[in-house]
Amino acid sequence: MTLELAANQGVAPNLDQVEASPFAVRGMTVSYGQKPVVFSVDMTVSEGSMTAIIGPNGAGKSTLLKAALGIVKPLSGRVMIFGKPLKGQRNRIAYVPQRASVDWDFPTRVIDVVLMGLHRELGLLRRVRQHHVDKARDCLDRVGMADFANRQIGQLSGGQQQRVFLARALAQGADLYLLDEPFAGVDAATEKAIIDVLKGLKAEGKTVVAVHHDLSTVSEYFDRVFMINTRRIAEGSVAEAFTAENLDKTYGGRLATAHVDQLDLAAG
Amino acid sequence: MLWDALFLQMGYNATLVAIGACFLGVAAGVTGTFLFLRKRALVSDAISHATLPGVGLAFIVMVLLGGDGRSLPGLLFGSAVSAWIGLLGVSWLTRRTRLAEDAAIGAVLSVFFGFGIVILTVIQTMSVGRQAGLEGFLLGSTAGMLWNDAVVIAAGGALTLAVVLLLRRSMALVAFDPEFAAASGINVPRIDLAIMALAMAVTVVGLKIVGLILIVAMLIIPPVTARFWTDRTDRVTLISGIVGGVSGYVGAALSAAIPHLPTGPIIVLTSFGMFILSLLLAPNRGVLAALLRHLSFQRRVHMRQGLLALAQGQPIYEKLTLRLLERAGLARADGVATEEGRARAAKALRDEKRWELVRADQAFESAAALYDGLREIETVLTTDQIEEIDRRIGGPMGVPA
Repeated sequence: MTLELAANQGVAPNLDQVEASPFAVRGMTVSYGQKPVVFSVDMTVSEGSMTAIIGPNGAGKSTLLKAALGIVKPLSGRVMIFGKPLKGQRNRIAYVPQRASVDWDFPTRVIDVVLMGLHRELGLLRRVRQHHVDKARDCLDRVGMADFANRQIGQLSGGQQQRVFLARALAQGADLYLLDEPFAGVDAATEKAIIDVLKGLKAEGKTVVAVHHDLSTVSEYFDRVFMINTRRIAEGSVAEAFTAENLDKTYGGRLATAHVDQLDLAAG
Repeated sequence: MLWDALFLQMGYNATLVAIGACFLGVAAGVTGTFLFLRKRALVSDAISHATLPGVGLAFIVMVLLGGDGRSLPGLLFGSAVSAWIGLLGVSWLTRRTRLAEDAAIGAVLSVFFGFGIVILTVIQTMSVGRQAGLEGFLLGSTAGMLWNDAVVIAAGGALTLAVVLLLRRSMALVAFDPEFAAASGINVPRIDLAIMALAMAVTVVGLKIVGLILIVAMLIIPPVTARFWTDRTDRVTLISGIVGGVSGYVGAALSAAIPHLPTGPIIVLTSFGMFILSLLLAPNRGVLAALLRHLSFQRRVHMRQGLLALAQGQPIYEKLTLRLLERAGLARADGVATEEGRARAAKALRDEKRWELVRADQAFESAAALYDGLREIETVLTTDQIEEIDRRIGGPMGVPA
C-alpha cells in the first residue's frame, strides 16, 4: 500500500499537464457505503487521443466517469476540463451512458432522443425548429440510423439503441466525448459503425475516452489506455502501458494466460 | 338531466364545480404524466395523505387567531406545508437510510394520515369545531363550493400548467435518462423536487373537489390512459390533460345530474371508464389489438411454414396449417399442393433465400430490421434491389419471382 501510494506520487503529473489536458482527474475517491470503488485516482487524458479505460468488473471504470461528471458525488477529488473547472465547461463534453441505464419502453421516438442532445441550445422555452431537426437527422445519418428517425425507441435492437445514444452525443457538438461501455452487447455492424464515428472524431482533433471491456480490440481501436482496479494501475500509450505485466496487476491473475497470449500486447 | 348538467344548465353551484373539476383534471393529467414517466407515481399517495394534518392544524391556528377556520386559502396553505414536510420525509428516508422508496412512502403516508385523523378528532371537540366540515377534505365535498373556491382552484391549476410548460423538456429528459441529464448540467434532484412540488400543488388544489384519498387517481389514471394511444412524450402529456379535463367535467356533471352521487368518486370512475376503453381498444398497445395481432401472426406463420413445406415436398402435420392452405385454395385436404399452391410455395422459398442475403448484408440493415420471417420482401425493397439480390443468388431462373 505504501509502495503504491509512493508510486502514484512519483508519476503525479505537474500543473502544465493538467492545464493542457481536456480531461484531468486528481485524487478522485468514490465509495458506495463504506467501500471505496475508486480510490485516490489521477487520470490525465491527452488532447486528441482515444483512451480506453479498462479493468475488471467492479473496478470503478464507470464510476470514475460518473463521478468526474458529477452524476455520482465523489468523496474527494477534482476534475479539470481543458484546464478549467467542470462547471462552465459542460457544453464541451458529450456523454454516452450505458445503454441499459434507461427504460427503452419510454414514449419517445429516435429523433426525439437525438434532439435531447440539443437541450442546451433549446433551453427552456425555444421551439424545436426545422434546423434543429435537420441537425439531429444529420447525426443519425453519421451513425447509419437515418432511416430510423421516426421509430419508437422500443423497436430498436441493442446495437441500434447504442448508435442512437452516440448520435445524441454527436448532436451535443462537444470537444470531449466520454462513453460508458459503448461496445457492450452490440452486433459487429454496430461496433464497426461506432468505431468509425469515433475515429472520425479523433481525426477532427476531438478527444475520446471510452470504458472498454474487450481486451482483444484495445490496440486496434485505441491509442492510449488507462488501467484501473479501484486504484490507478497504469496510464499511457497502448505501446507502453498495455503490457502483460500491467494486465496481470489490473486483473490480478483473473485473465487466463492463454487469453493474454492472444492479445496484441506491447512488449513489457 | 344529464344533458342539462353537461351544458351547465344545472344552476350556479353545479356550474362552478364542473368548471373547477375540469381545470383540476387538466392540471392533474399533465402533471401526473411526469410523475408517471419518472416512475414515481406512488409518491403522490404519500403527498396527498400528508396534507391532512396541515388542514387540521391550519383550522386550529386560524380559529385561535380569531379568524374563520374554514377559509379555503388558509386550509390549502396549511395542507401544502404539511405535504411538503411529508415529501421531504420520503425523499430523506430514501436517500439517507436503506429504506426503499415504497417502504418510505408507506411509512410517511400512514403516520401523517393517522396524525391528521387525531387532529380532526380533537377539532370535533372544540366549541367552534362541530361545523368545520373538515372531513370533506377526505373524499371531497362540493356542496358548499363558493365562487372564491373556484377561483382558487382555477388559478392554482393554471399556475401549475405554466410551470409544467416551462420545465417540460428538462422533466422529460430527467425522466428518460437521468444520468445524461446530470452530465449535461441539469440539477436532477431539483427537477425531481419540481415534479413532486407540482404534484403537491395539484393535490392541494384538488382537496376541495375530489379529496385527498382519491386525488392520486387523477394524477395517475390519465397518463396511463394516454400512454395506450401514443409513443411520444408530448402527446402523452396532451392526451393525459384532455382525459383529465374531460373526466373532471363529465364526472362533475354526472354527479350534479343524479342526486346523492359524490363528485370526487364519480370523477375518478369516469376517468377509469376512459382507461378501460383505452386498455381494450387502443390501436397499438390495446389488449384487443394485441390479441388480433397475435392470432393473425400465428396464421401467417402457419401459412408460411405450410408453403415452405410444400415447396420442399415435406409432409404437413399441423391441422391448422392444412386447413389454412386448403381454405386459401393452395392445397387439397390430403396435403397435396394445387397449381397455385406450387407457385406460391416456390415464391416463398425464393423469398427465404433473398431474405437470407438481405439479413447478411449491412447495406440492407434498415430493411433487415423489418424481418419477421413473414413479411413479403417486395414491401421493404425496391424491384431494383430485389433484382440485384437475385443476381447474387443466381440459381435456377425458372423459379417464378
